[in-house]
Amino acid sequence: MKNRRIMLAHGAGGKISHELLHELFLPFFDNDILRPLDDSAIISTGPSKLAFTTDSYVVKPLSFPGGDIGRLAICGTVNDLAMVGARPLGLSASFILEEGLAIEEIEKVLSSMREAARQATVRVVTGDTKVVEHGAAEGLYINTAGIGLIPQGVDVRGSKAMPGDLVIVNGPIGDHEIAVLVARGEFSLRGTIESDCAPLNGLVEAMLEACRDIHVLRDPTRGGLAAVLWEIANDSGVQVVLEEESVPIREEVRRVCDLLGFDPYYLANEGKLVAFVPQEKAEKLLKTMKAHPMGREAGIIGQVRAENPGKVLLRTMIGGHRLLEPLSGEQFPRIC
Amino acid sequence: MKQLKKPNEEKIASVLLKKISKLTDGPLRFMEVCGTHTISIFRSGIRSLLPKGIELISGPGCPVCVTPVGEIDQAIAILRLDDVILATFGDLMRVPGSSSSFHQEKAMGSDIRVILSPLDAVEIAQRESDRPVIFFAVGFETTSPAIAAAVKESSRKGLANFYLLSSQKLIPPAMKALLSAGKVKINGFILPGHVSVIIGKAPYEFIARDFNLPGVITGFEALDILEGIYMLLHRHKEGKAEIDIQYRRAVKEAGNQRAMEIMEEVFEPVDARWRGLGIIPASGLALRESFARMDASTAFDIPYEDKADPPGCLCGEILQGFNVPPDCPLFGTKCTPENPVGPCMVSTEGSCAAYYKYGGAQ
Repeated sequence: MKNRRIMLAHGAGGKISHELLHELFLPFFDNDILRPLDDSAIISTGPSKLAFTTDSYVVKPLSFPGGDIGRLAICGTVNDLAMVGARPLGLSASFILEEGLAIEEIEKVLSSMREAARQATVRVVTGDTKVVEHGAAEGLYINTAGIGLIPQGVDVRGSKAMPGDLVIVNGPIGDHEIAVLVARGEFSLRGTIESDCAPLNGLVEAMLEACRDIHVLRDPTRGGLAAVLWEIANDSGVQVVLEEESVPIREEVRRVCDLLGFDPYYLANEGKLVAFVPQEKAEKLLKTMKAHPMGREAGIIGQVRAENPGKVLLRTMIGGHRLLEPLSGEQFPRIC
Repeated sequence: MKQLKKPNEEKIASVLLKKISKLTDGPLRFMEVCGTHTISIFRSGIRSLLPKGIELISGPGCPVCVTPVGEIDQAIAILRLDDVILATFGDLMRVPGSSSSFHQEKAMGSDIRVILSPLDAVEIAQRESDRPVIFFAVGFETTSPAIAAAVKESSRKGLANFYLLSSQKLIPPAMKALLSAGKVKINGFILPGHVSVIIGKAPYEFIARDFNLPGVITGFEALDILEGIYMLLHRHKEGKAEIDIQYRRAVKEAGNQRAMEIMEEVFEPVDARWRGLGIIPASGLALRESFARMDASTAFDIPYEDKADPPGCLCGEILQGFNVPPDCPLFGTKCTPENPVGPCMVSTEGSCAAYYKYGGAQ
């Protein structure tokens, strides 16, 4: 916290975001429910366990190929519930609206929220609106929170990865961030890539049906695959070995990455998950995932090992090795 | 989904590695001059595969890393003037000046636009014609033709609000300075691919002629680099110092004439300070007289002031291949990507950043 001011890097999901959370926020709120920092908090109420989560959405531009801020606000929160194995019971939605925003714009966002909620079979059950002066917000910001019920016998947490577990991803990574980058039009990029923004609770339900003892689920949003694997490796005290050739990345995403000097492992996703499962259950689970519309391109991308706890190792295309650490802040395009 | 893996990449690599092992007959040090090579070497894990006798060391070819503190400070001083827009490549955002960085200035409300192409800066100037737009132009021969094109385009459009703060540098003079100092011990160069697309092969001939060292102009894929290393070993074995081209699919011996002409038309070589390396004769590019109006340092009357590099920082020694990042007492302790002291820790292509990020597994 040397630079005592908020910079954009604090929001990028890398080491600096981690530092902000741990050094600034957590000391004020520390408690045993918050401490594990899974995608949702898990609250026990008698025999049942509730999942509770919240997230704010500030994307620019408000809409992009494959989604918009409204769809993100529903899917992001539903997915955070799903990552602890919870079925969503209801969502809240709060809107911060900028003075001057066209009602038509809000209607578009609400309509895509309704569509995403329908897809996720969840309802918005409470909400709020506030209006701020022109210039004090960029169009609109949305906060959603969600509660969900964790079925009996399900215990999915970031600290449960075990040596031997296989790592599965449900499809190609990086689509969301590249779609938003292209939609921003900043780098004269053109492309047809669409955001993967989608609710994953249906897929997770099918997965838990096929394999009750999934150890870990995480959605690689900000900070990408690299950040979530690093968190899991640290929370579980294990090493994750990733096979570069098995990680699905679309050709177009790879091309944009080559152009900008980006590493696809750090790109945000909004409809992807990684699952850590006992080796003997992986084949059956993969079959179930491939049969689901959200998991058609699923594949095994790596394995958990006991040595070098807290590290993520990437085995490269040519058979070499390198570490995959979380980024410090944002990825910036290189010079040439 | 399309299969992304190139056919038998791992197989080809293992064949090349076998050949490399066969030719490696003692400790050899090769310098990859270009930062893009440094990153590719780390990302593909090449070091973890090479025989023990081969050491790869990074050279001065990271444009951000060699930008001196004084130039960052100068850009920040201009940026703090009223209503100014600074356009810059993203890599420079977090590079520390003596008391601030673009990143911090942006957090305080300065208007900084990250661009990918120099022409984007001209477009910003056209769109926001009532505000001065300063393009902080950093880069090597790879980027300079595009910067020259942007200068000409702005002149053609008659944009009175477009300015250039040039911190461009040239690779061959820096290599000459490095070798002439006689301090660095290397057995050959992995020469930059992109720079050579522009300048061709001739500007490197002095390396073989005057310093009796081989060099291979190499592409950026992992297999290119392995082949480049193999070609260097081959020359070493023959005892022949030659400049060869591995990256034939992009580099012509004569380079790109048109690109060199436009550079020549817009810029003239000047002595320039390189961070850590000091002043190198005719190693920078400044606007020629006919475009002098656009020179931000005179237009805003904020001249460049020479500043010392931060104390303790070994960036200079690392950029010249005397030291590797872990030798620096600040590395990983006082200097991290979160709180960088030297630019080598923040640039995507910086060797300290690469060692810090990927180092443990190599």
